[in-house]
Formats: sequence, C-alpha cells, structure tokens
Amino acid sequence: MPATVPRWRRAVTGWSFAAPFTALFLVFALLPVVASLVMSVTDLRATDLRHPLAVNFVGLDNYLRLFDDQLFRRAAVNTLIFVVIGVPLTIVAAMAAANGLNSGLIRLRGLFRVGFYLPVVTSIVAIAVVWRFLLDPEAGIVNSLLAAAGIDGPAWLQDPRTSLPSIIVMAAWRNFGSLMVIFLAALQGIPHDLYEAATLDGAGRWQQFQRITLPLMRPALLFGAVITGIGYLQLFEEPLVMTQGGPLSSTLSVSYHVYNQFGFGNYGYAAAASYVLFVAIVALSVLQFRLLGSRND
Amino acid sequence: MTRRDRYAKIVLYAVLVAALIVVVGPFVWMLLSSFKSEGEIRSVPPTWWPSHWTLTNYRDLFSRLDFPQYFANSAIVAIIVTLGNLLFCSLIGYALAKLDFPGRKALFLTVLGMLMVPGMVTFVPQFVLISNMGLANSYAGLVLPFLAGPFGVFLMRQFLLAIPDDLIEAARVDGAGEWRIFWRIVLPLCKPALATLGILTFLASWNNFLWPLVVATTDDKYTLPVALALYSIGQNRIYFGLLLAGAVVVVLPVLIVFLALQRHFLRGIATTGLK
Repeated sequence: MPATVPRWRRAVTGWSFAAPFTALFLVFALLPVVASLVMSVTDLRATDLRHPLAVNFVGLDNYLRLFDDQLFRRAAVNTLIFVVIGVPLTIVAAMAAANGLNSGLIRLRGLFRVGFYLPVVTSIVAIAVVWRFLLDPEAGIVNSLLAAAGIDGPAWLQDPRTSLPSIIVMAAWRNFGSLMVIFLAALQGIPHDLYEAATLDGAGRWQQFQRITLPLMRPALLFGAVITGIGYLQLFEEPLVMTQGGPLSSTLSVSYHVYNQFGFGNYGYAAAASYVLFVAIVALSVLQFRLLGSRND
Repeated sequence: MTRRDRYAKIVLYAVLVAALIVVVGPFVWMLLSSFKSEGEIRSVPPTWWPSHWTLTNYRDLFSRLDFPQYFANSAIVAIIVTLGNLLFCSLIGYALAKLDFPGRKALFLTVLGMLMVPGMVTFVPQFVLISNMGLANSYAGLVLPFLAGPFGVFLMRQFLLAIPDDLIEAARVDGAGEWRIFWRIVLPLCKPALATLGILTFLASWNNFLWPLVVATTDDKYTLPVALALYSIGQNRIYFGLLLAGAVVVVLPVLIVFLALQRHFLRGIATTGLK
C-alpha cells in the first residue's frame, strides 16, 4: 500500500488480514507458552484444576527439584547422548546420500531420492510396529541376517546397553532423507565451473569436496544441524512407541519425562521440566550459529 | 570415461543400492508380511515372500476392530486442519509480505519464535484449555490447536515476497480493494505454495500422534496412529498380522499422495530450508 494511505487505515487493513490467524495463535500457542511458565512456578496438580485459586506459588522449587530428580537427570543424559550422536550421524548420512546422487554418475536419481525420503513421510507408529518386529531377538530379520554371518545378535530393544543406540540409528534412518533433500538443493546451487577449474588444476575428488563443496554448503549444513538438533532434543515418539522409555529408563528422554509427570498429574513440575528443554533448545540454536556460522554468513 | 571413473561409478551404485534396500526394505517386508498367516510371521527363521497369501488380517481390521471409523477420523481431522492452515496462513502471509502496517515486524518475529518452542511446553496448558472448554474427546478438540501453525506463515510469506509488487500496485491503481486483490490476484499466484503447504500440513496431521492420543479417549474418536499404538502395546495388544495390516492402512494413503505429488513435497522442503 502506498505510504500516502493514513496509518490507521493501513493498520485496519493489515490486521484484518492477520486477525484470524493471530486470534487462534494467541489462544492456542502464545497463551499456553505463558501459562506453562506461570504453571512452572506453582504446585499445580491435575486435582487443582477445579479450584485454580487454591494453587500455591512455589518460586523456583520445581526447577530445583528437577536437578535432584534421578529420573530427570537420567532423561537429560539420554537426550544429550541422542543429540550428540544422532545429529552428526544423520548429517553424515544425508551428506553422503546427497553427494552420491549429485555426482552425475547416477541414473534413476528420482527413484533413490523418493526411496530415501519414504521414512520421513511415514507415521512413527507404523514404523515402530515394523521395527519392533525386525529387531525381535528370535523372529527378527536383523538377528537372522547376523546369525547367517555367524554373529549372535543382542536383544536390541530389551537390553539397556543396546536400546538407546538402536533408537539413535532408527532416528537417523528415519530422518536423513529430509536433510538429503535440503543438501541436494544446496549442491545444485554450486556453480559447475568451480569443479571444472579445480579438475584442470589437478585437484582430486576428495580435495574438491573439502575445498569447494564443504565451504559452500556451510549455510545448508548449519540449517540442517539446527533443525535436526531442535527436533532431536525433543525426542519423544520413538521411545514411546518402541520401548516405553525402558528398559530401566535407558531410553527415557526429557520430553518423555514431561509426559509421564503430566500423566501423574504433576502439572507444575511437568511445565518446569518442559521449560528446561526450551532453554536448552534456544541455547543449542545460538551455539550452533556461533560455531558454524561465525564466518561471513 | 576413464577407468577410474568407471570403478567409482560401480562402487557408488553398490553403496546407493545397499542403502536403498536398508531404507525401503522394512516397508516391503511390512507389506508382504501383512498377507501372511500369524504362524508364518512368527516363524524362525523369518521369511520374506508369503508361502500362503491370506487376506485374514485385512478382514479382521474391519470385523474385529473399527478401522473404517479410525480412518474416517484421521481424514476428517487432517482435511479440516489443512483447509484452516491454507486459509489463515495465506491471509496473514499476504499481510506480512505485502502490506505495511504497524506491528508487522513484531508479529512476524513472534510467530517465527514459536517455531523454536518445543511441543511439550504448550502441550499441558493446551490440554487444560481444551478440557476446560469442554472439548476433550471431540473433533473440535482434536483440530483447534493445529488450525494455525507458524510453519505455514513462514512458507506463505517467503513465497509471497517473491511475487512482484508491480502486479499488486497495478490493481491498486485500477481501484481494486485489498480483499479483491487478495482473492483475485494473489491467491491464484500462490497455487504452488498452497500445494506444498497443503501436502505438508495434511501429512503432519495424518501422522500426528501425541495430541490425539491424549485428547481422544473413546474408540469412536481415535485416529489411525492412536488406534495402532494402543493396540500394539499394553493390555489391548492384538496379534501381529493385524498390526501389520493396520500399519499398511496408515502408510498407504500417505505413500500414494507422496508418490503422486512428490515434486511439491521436495520443493517445499528445499525452498523453506534455504530462503
């Protein structure tokens, strides 16, 4: 709209377009974010909902209790392991797939791309049904393949030593396809002349990857690391449907802990735990921007 | 092609095909096994190809469980959520991209910031809110928190920014009002973005799990993932062939939509990722 239109009219027009979304957003997104913060400094329990005024202000008690809570500490460590190993694993798999498909040597690129993307669009519940059976110690295909190679496979999901690693690998299996698509788009944006010039100068494939591909992929890699990190910090559905957080809390995550506390009716405590997660997500995003994005972008 | 290139090509193909088997294999096994008898599914060592094809598992989805109802619930929720996001996000997207009004920047930053808020932060208050509104175990309760998602705003705004201002200016000079411009000029130009947003939203809603798990408390409001999860763990556990057939019913519609419209999908992911 031209700037000559009076400010109040611009406000009316703009906000009338924004109003339907904003109204829903206020009630079902912003209000809950604020409510959660308020709840986290009270002792609100499910049974108090009828008489919300009887709830007591407890300050930072919930937060302090969290750090004494063995289960929460366990959940935090599990989540951290999941992120620290899962994010690089997913990025490496996605980079390998994207570079393989972009190398120009491969036909049927569309077929591979669609195949690799398939788990991304599939319901986690359906995936869990299949994977629980594939990983079954006796009747599962994974262990029967290992047996054919003379290896006695473990009870993947029932053994606390292998349960979390199994979930990490499954998450990478499920998610690398979406990063691959982002990386492919970034690779296709790199001018071809650069590689031709490098070839003329005698640079090998690996050198070209290190000196041209990696630096130019920086923004895409940063973006991939941030969104994967944000997603993985919220680990929840995989353990819920695969292991119910077990065995022996070996796959309990922070989000899962929040969900359990919600189930026990400890709403204030659950809200505090969810805010710790929120802070961790903001911190991780800032950190990754600092580490990967420090140069010129 | 040099000899080195040829070796590189063979190795590359071998690695990619192996990866494809690892990624797609479980889906193939799921589909094949859904036609096996329970005994064969549990046989050791496991088989790939069914020795006797049977439709028992699929028949039981209808006779022993209420899968048509779950399917209908999933579809109703996903369609309403998708239509809501298409409408609300394109409206606000237009305002954010093409209209100059006080509070615009703050509004956009707030919506964008919401992308960083973990689902668990809003989950408990949303549940309290929906319960107090008397909407637990209703379609409204299943749909309302998802009608206006921040992702759609981001996507529509980015797309609309790329549409030239001249087109809109010309219509303004001709005396068209902003609403007319939106419906007649802007929305038709947005078709590719609307297609991408529609597919991604439908898919997210179809696969959505935690919210309906908590809000839908009786059989007649379960969505497919909720039913599948409840029947695969705990006391209600059903036999395995039935679960596999159920999983196929959950995955198949998504698979068909995805294969038919994959270009919109992949473009959507790539553009929102890099802009």
